[in-house]
Amino acid sequence: MTATAAATAATARHLYVHLPFCAHRCGYCDFVTVLGRGDQHAAYVDALLSELELERASLAPEVETVFLGGGTPTLTDPVALRRLLGSLPRAAEFTIEANPETVTPELAALLRESGVTRVSLGAQTFRPELLEVLERRAGPEDVRRAFYHLRDASFDNISLDLLYGIPGQSASDLERDIEDALELDPEHLSCYELEAKPGTRFTHAHGEELVSQAEAMENYFERVVELVAGAGYRWYETANFCRPGREARHNLAYWEGRDYLGLGIGAVSTVAGRRWRTKPSLAQYLAALAGGRRPEREVELLDAVTQRQERLILGLRLDEPLPLADVEPVLSVEALARLEGLGLAERRGDGLALTRRGRFLGGAVTAELLA
Amino acid sequence: MSSLERIRNFSIVAHIDHGKSTLADRILEVTRTLSKREMRAQVLDSMDLERERGITIKAQAVRVGWKGYQLNLIDTPGHVDFTYEVSRALQACEGALLVVDAAQGIQAQTLANAYLALENDLEIVPVVNKIDLPQADPDSAAAEIAELIGEDPARVLRISAKTGEGVEAVLDAIVERVPPPSGEPDAPPRALIFDSAYDQYRGVVAFVRSVDGVFRPRERVRAMAQGTTFETEELGFFSPERSPTQTLAAGEVGYVITGLKDVSRLRVGDTLTSAGGPASEPLPGYKEVKPTVFAGLFPTDSDEYPELRDALDKLKLNDASLFYEPETSQALGFGFRCGFLGLLHMEIVRERLEREFDLDLLVTAPNVAYRVLTKAGEEVEVHNPAEFPREVERVEEPYIRATTIVPKEYVGAVMELNTERRGRFHHMEYLSEQRVLLAYDLPLGEVVYDYYDQLKSRTKGYASFDYDVIGFHEGELVRVDIMLAGDLVDALSVIVHREGAYARAKALVDRLRAEIPRQMFDVPVQAAIGSRIIARETIKARRKDVLAKCYGGDITRKRKLIERQKKGKKRMKQVGTVEVPQEAFLAVLDLNGGGRS
Ligand SMILES: Nc1nc2c(ncn2[C@@H]2O[C@H](COP(=O)(O)OP(=O)(O)OP(=O)(O)O)[C@@H](O)[C@H]2O)c(=O)[nH]1
Ligand SMILES: C[S@@+](CC[C@H](N)C(=O)[O-])C[C@H]1O[C@@H](n2cnc3c(N)ncnc32)[C@H](O)[C@@H]1O
Ligand code: SF4
Ligand SMILES: [Mg+2]
Repeated sequence: MTATAAATAATARHLYVHLPFCAHRCGYCDFVTVLGRGDQHAAYVDALLSELELERASLAPEVETVFLGGGTPTLTDPVALRRLLGSLPRAAEFTIEANPETVTPELAALLRESGVTRVSLGAQTFRPELLEVLERRAGPEDVRRAFYHLRDASFDNISLDLLYGIPGQSASDLERDIEDALELDPEHLSCYELEAKPGTRFTHAHGEELVSQAEAMENYFERVVELVAGAGYRWYETANFCRPGREARHNLAYWEGRDYLGLGIGAVSTVAGRRWRTKPSLAQYLAALAGGRRPEREVELLDAVTQRQERLILGLRLDEPLPLADVEPVLSVEALARLEGLGLAERRGDGLALTRRGRFLGGAVTAELLA
Repeated sequence: MSSLERIRNFSIVAHIDHGKSTLADRILEVTRTLSKREMRAQVLDSMDLERERGITIKAQAVRVGWKGYQLNLIDTPGHVDFTYEVSRALQACEGALLVVDAAQGIQAQTLANAYLALENDLEIVPVVNKIDLPQADPDSAAAEIAELIGEDPARVLRISAKTGEGVEAVLDAIVERVPPPSGEPDAPPRALIFDSAYDQYRGVVAFVRSVDGVFRPRERVRAMAQGTTFETEELGFFSPERSPTQTLAAGEVGYVITGLKDVSRLRVGDTLTSAGGPASEPLPGYKEVKPTVFAGLFPTDSDEYPELRDALDKLKLNDASLFYEPETSQALGFGFRCGFLGLLHMEIVRERLEREFDLDLLVTAPNVAYRVLTKAGEEVEVHNPAEFPREVERVEEPYIRATTIVPKEYVGAVMELNTERRGRFHHMEYLSEQRVLLAYDLPLGEVVYDYYDQLKSRTKGYASFDYDVIGFHEGELVRVDIMLAGDLVDALSVIVHREGAYARAKALVDRLRAEIPRQMFDVPVQAAIGSRIIARETIKARRKDVLAKCYGGDITRKRKLIERQKKGKKRMKQVGTVEVPQEAFLAVLDLNGGGRS
């Protein structure tokens, strides 16, 4: 091992594990997913665990958060899943993403027994016709049922994912979705604007409708913030809301620019200024790790300037100010003055934050702030 | 017979599309100047732009042999904006083939070109073309053209440049009717530079009509007006490619490769002579043309200003009518105020600059020249709306005498259009029972804005149009300024007639609102005459942007998104506090330019 590699080892206190299997592919989805392949779940878990062994040096002895994302982690064969959960490091926050239709009392119990502390449930919407547009498998009742199964298994930290800007979604649809979500009283809510990537099947089918609705949907983001924050949640990150103390600490780690290790196909890791992304091919991944080799990856070295830029880009998504000293070298002073004048950014003590209006325009404001 | 006796120099002139270049094709064929393999339609239209648009833009000389005679022909453009090309070509000739489309009869540029040829004392050989067309009426066309030039209708040739019928007779008529050049073969050499071009490897190439004496390669030559001397690197004629020879003798048309790299050292209209034994008098040069339409030309990328200057210098060699001087705009940076002979000319210059010199340009709305008497009693000529004084005593604008030829059922439509455009009726003439010539005096500024399109659509394409500038007349003109978030956008100011000001202001403001992307704050878009706001719109502030869509740990992607956003901003022009994309300027300028001809 070279000196630098040795010096940079053992820094990540956050672990991401990608479980790519899905029962079918939702039209809008742009994640690394693999359909079916029930027979390969066990092999995939083996591969994950060997990858963990190979990267063990990057991981701190004490892991603060673990996040199992997908795909549909809860679709993974229960035996394999239990084995995986049992072999991963324990963590104070241990999240798994769950698709509503997969959540049974048995699954909830399995998760609970295996050290999972937090579940992020992909509700997306409670309107049946919109769920259909999204090509989701679960109906609104599946979402509610899943939620109660989790509560019954005494999960006290549940998050719901909602999407807005769905083709055909009216303002009242949106309001009712939020009401329905709040009705369940989750500890955490993620509300994402639907992204329709050009060239996808979904955009092909709904692109024109989305364009024609763009103006009508322009204030949906504001509306979401109004309603959710109005119900007493803290808008702690651009797309995330929580009850006091219930921030997703794993995601916060990303926004705060901390190191994290990612395992599995398509997973990204950032450790000591080095970022790598494992190629999304399942076959290559399995073959490499079965042979004890690292899978193929794209590597990017982040120089000091880039790291500071990311710090600014990510840090400004949060409601708490970002220490000015961390980003001063990459900050345009003139732009900051202009944006302060426009009431979009502000200095708070030694920190920098966006105003409420600035947060709605976060991308543009950040682009301007970068020197 | 002296060698001059065996030379004939002529131009082919006609209204646009009447078949000049096609006739030139057939001439190249029957004289075997080009083989079948080298042949293609309108082969002399060698620029890509000419081929794409199907029109001739540059006059093109070519030498052919016919029954022991050397014929130098020059194919000319037909569009009114390129009349200067025609007039220079005619000065290098003793004869003109005046071509008329048998289905259309004489049209506006037929008249203009016939008068030009007569002014130059050229022998006109009238030709009725396209007799193969089913709707051809060669008798009427022949009668019209004979009447126009005072010729016996029996002497009007009838041909089809498409099939080749009658083309040999045309060549015979040239030999018979066009006089040989008169010049002094033994006098000190003199040649008129009627055009030029820049060759990347060989420098300035002069296109000349030799009048007296003989030029040879590797001789020292002087340009008489400018005093520039150089050694001729190569002489030759066009075939239609450059074809080197050992002599360029009195009466011949050809080219001289000068080797000059500094494009400013040779001007069209100058006379070349021998530096050792010079002629005492230069040949009569060309009248300077005055541009009629002006616009600002700016590089989209401000760093390309030096390239633009260099490109204009070089293009000027090949386009003697181009006029330019440096201009600075707050909104668009450094560029040039250019003068053109019309809107098509403006478009062509822009396209040639972009293609031949690989530039990306922004062109402001075209305007005419104004003569302004300021409150202080000063007389100024203004070519740029941004320099138009806000307080004026009196303004004069250029007027044209516009000649329109239309079938009689469209007379009403043309009159109506001309009246809307503040035209004054001058006279009307029946060219035949069917066709009428209408002459109006019109403010040129009204023609620059959208006139050709209107004329074409209101006459279903049957009208043909020509004009001459006749002078300046007082007009009620006002300057309309555009402001974005309270800051004046100098490049968007326009001068309009008081009556049209509101409509124009509203159209501009609407278009800007549609084209400028929403900013992080409300942007008022206003049009004003002086301090009086006459139109107003607001570009509402944006309320969200894309990053709300982002989730999860792919941070590189987020950074790239922001970087892209940042790059997008760099392509914008900053106008005060507002970022305006190039496209917005283009769209608004397009609205302003309106007319295509
Ligand atoms: N049927 C027929 N068509 C012809 C004849 N001569 C020319 N054309 C067509 O008329 C059109 C215009 O011909 P050009 O030779 O380009 O006309 P031009 O006078 O050189 O046009 P400009 O240079 O733009 O003024 C082309 O489509 C030719 O094919 C002819 O004798 N018969
Ligand atoms: C890793 S994804 C999917 C997890 C899980 N398989 C599901 O579908 O519920 C996590 C969340 O990202 C959001 N998401 C997925 N695709 C999206 C898209 N195209 N645009 C915006 N958000 C999206 C959804 O809210 C989803 O719940
Ligand atoms: S279930 Fe989730 S990960 Fe799977 S295809 Fe649907 S959106 Fe994508
Ligand atoms: Mg032509």
